[in-house]
Amino acid sequence: MAITVKKIEFRRKLTFLERIWLPEILRGLWITNRHFVVNLSLHILNAVGIKTRRKGAVTIQYPEQHRGYHWRLRTAHYLTRREGGGPRCVGCMMCETICPAKCIYIVAKEHPDPETEKQAASFTIDMGKCVYCGLCVEACPEDAIRMDSGHLEISCYSRQEMMYPIDRLLATEHDPAPYKDYKRFLQE
Amino acid sequence: MSGGETKMVKTTIDGREYEFAEGATILEAARSVGIMIPHYCYHPGLSIAGACRMCLVEIEKIPKLQISCYMTVGEGMVVHTDTERVKRARKSILEFHLVNHPTDCPVCDQAGECGLQEYYMLHGLYTSRIRENKVRKTKKAFPVGPNIMLDQERCILCSRCVRFCREVSKSHELGMFKRGDREVIDTFSGRQVDNPYAGNVVDICPVGALTSRDSRFKTRSWYQQTAESVCPRCSRGCNIFIHYNIKRPWKNEGRKVVRLKPRFNAEVNKWWICDEGRFCFKYIDDPDRLSAPLRRVDGASETIDWPAALAIAAERMLAAASAQERDLAVLVSPQASNEELFLLKKVCDERLPGWRAAFSAATPFEPTEDDFLRRADKNPNTFGARALGLGEDKSMDLAQLKRAALEGRIGTLLVCYTDLTGLTGEAGQGWDAALEKVDTLIYLGHNDCATAQRADLVLPAATFAEREGTVTNFEGRIQLQRRAFDPAGESLPGWEILRRLGETLGGEYEFEGPEQVFQRLAETVPQLAGLSYESIGPAGCPVKK
Repeated sequence: MAITVKKIEFRRKLTFLERIWLPEILRGLWITNRHFVVNLSLHILNAVGIKTRRKGAVTIQYPEQHRGYHWRLRTAHYLTRREGGGPRCVGCMMCETICPAKCIYIVAKEHPDPETEKQAASFTIDMGKCVYCGLCVEACPEDAIRMDSGHLEISCYSRQEMMYPIDRLLATEHDPAPYKDYKRFLQE
Repeated sequence: MSGGETKMVKTTIDGREYEFAEGATILEAARSVGIMIPHYCYHPGLSIAGACRMCLVEIEKIPKLQISCYMTVGEGMVVHTDTERVKRARKSILEFHLVNHPTDCPVCDQAGECGLQEYYMLHGLYTSRIRENKVRKTKKAFPVGPNIMLDQERCILCSRCVRFCREVSKSHELGMFKRGDREVIDTFSGRQVDNPYAGNVVDICPVGALTSRDSRFKTRSWYQQTAESVCPRCSRGCNIFIHYNIKRPWKNEGRKVVRLKPRFNAEVNKWWICDEGRFCFKYIDDPDRLSAPLRRVDGASETIDWPAALAIAAERMLAAASAQERDLAVLVSPQASNEELFLLKKVCDERLPGWRAAFSAATPFEPTEDDFLRRADKNPNTFGARALGLGEDKSMDLAQLKRAALEGRIGTLLVCYTDLTGLTGEAGQGWDAALEKVDTLIYLGHNDCATAQRADLVLPAATFAEREGTVTNFEGRIQLQRRAFDPAGESLPGWEILRRLGETLGGEYEFEGPEQVFQRLAETVPQLAGLSYESIGPAGCPVKK
């Protein structure tokens, strides 16, 4: 295919007032100040005990303070364990097969117990590639992989650290705390 | 068929009238016209058991449904394979098969190529009505032989494996024990499935009851890619599939070839291959594969690039060919494809007159032979080499080559695909002293070995799975080995090395691929006249005697 140039046009032309930008800056300052004054008055009224219909805006002090998550939110993956303690994963590669980002790498091996027969020798998720679609959770026939750990801070300084090996996935557990405040948060 | 003409009978299948040979079963007759009747226990290579009842069909004027694997076609017979009654029967049979079959699919190695899965999707699709617990058999996942695992719970008692051991390998290791839902397949006490064809029972098992210990859990079947090829392990040239995994390199311990499976060829190997052939692929992914051309300088080997390596090879070969006393000898291997042998002969004849060819069918393998598939000659292409005239004229055998080397008459020796010291029997003896006397030893092959260690120059070549080529089996059937994946490291297909060598020697060898080499080969060798890669086809074809 030949290389073509696609021209992108602005959807809307700026008006004259927008183009001289000073009125827009003043308008922005006005909006910020309005929020400040309104919230300050609401907070003062609340503080002296006068009930208003509206509450003053509150900033969440992240990361000390977490906002509640919806229980359906997909957070970092983790692997569940059998009653005996071993991983539930039998290395069927269903999650690896369905994964649209191809970020799961599994190697299977023989399990010492012939009843279980098979287990994952290594199970690595490249969180740098993951698109959090949750298909791996849906595909798992053993309920071995879940995404309701509640851990959302998945950032690090190198790509290598984004590779979550099996030990890390097994060590992560479901943490219900981040989901608890969700209803209260909705009401506020 | 012997004796007289086969009587033909007119039979109607699914509303269309066909003519079949009398005595053909309905299942086979329907298959021959493209109507697939589902079945588990029926296998064209085994006797008929009628155990699975999956192949039921409706025949007019017969009140009950009949098993099509046992019922033969008859004059005026009207068969329906797709009526509501048949479909209902199939569905119920499948439900019956799955009553006690564990749904181990995440664990089971057969998932993706399992008969139960496939037919459930095509004919089953029912909601389970079973409330009882499944009957648990006593033994789950235990080895029944050096290469085979058995899971009795997954077995649907089709008895294919039992019949295989009785009728094909004739070793009688497996039997069916107990009755009813306690019935199991097991080995007779004190026996294990270790016959030379044991691996086939894994192939014919329609479910995951018998699995290969070698390829268990290495990759799932849907990750594997397939190439049609021919087994390189003996002169039978059994047709095989190479199942390889290159898209997920972290699987199968990083090895590319996962397993070899037999490919049906009525003229060569039917449905079977021997275990020697089945497990012969390990060297392809061995860490000792030669990955780059090597030159030995003062006992230490160093990596060089291809043009440099070929320049050295050409110079040494030319020097020996033009010397009076010390000859250029080439050990031609029947491991090589026809194209490689043809190019080798062409290049040497045209550019290095006075070269001497040594030819030997000796291999490092035990010359096991039986009256079924295995042949004592463990080379895939002895016939092809002889057809090219490499076995007869101007050639010596291995003993003569050794003697000539010991007497100091060999200046440069090019050894193709053969580890001289590793050969079985007398052929492998005394090479240390003989190779001492050779000025330049060039080794062309794929794996590191004692000969490669001694060689002054190593030219890494591709294995049979990494190059395209034809081999001719002992009966004179020419067959095609297809390239499955790229050669390891910097190694090149043998024909490419020889083509470049020919060009380094100053000739013009403008072949773009092995097809063109074969084309020229077919023009030159009268036995192969008129053949091409297309006309050889997937089943191969016999060459003119």
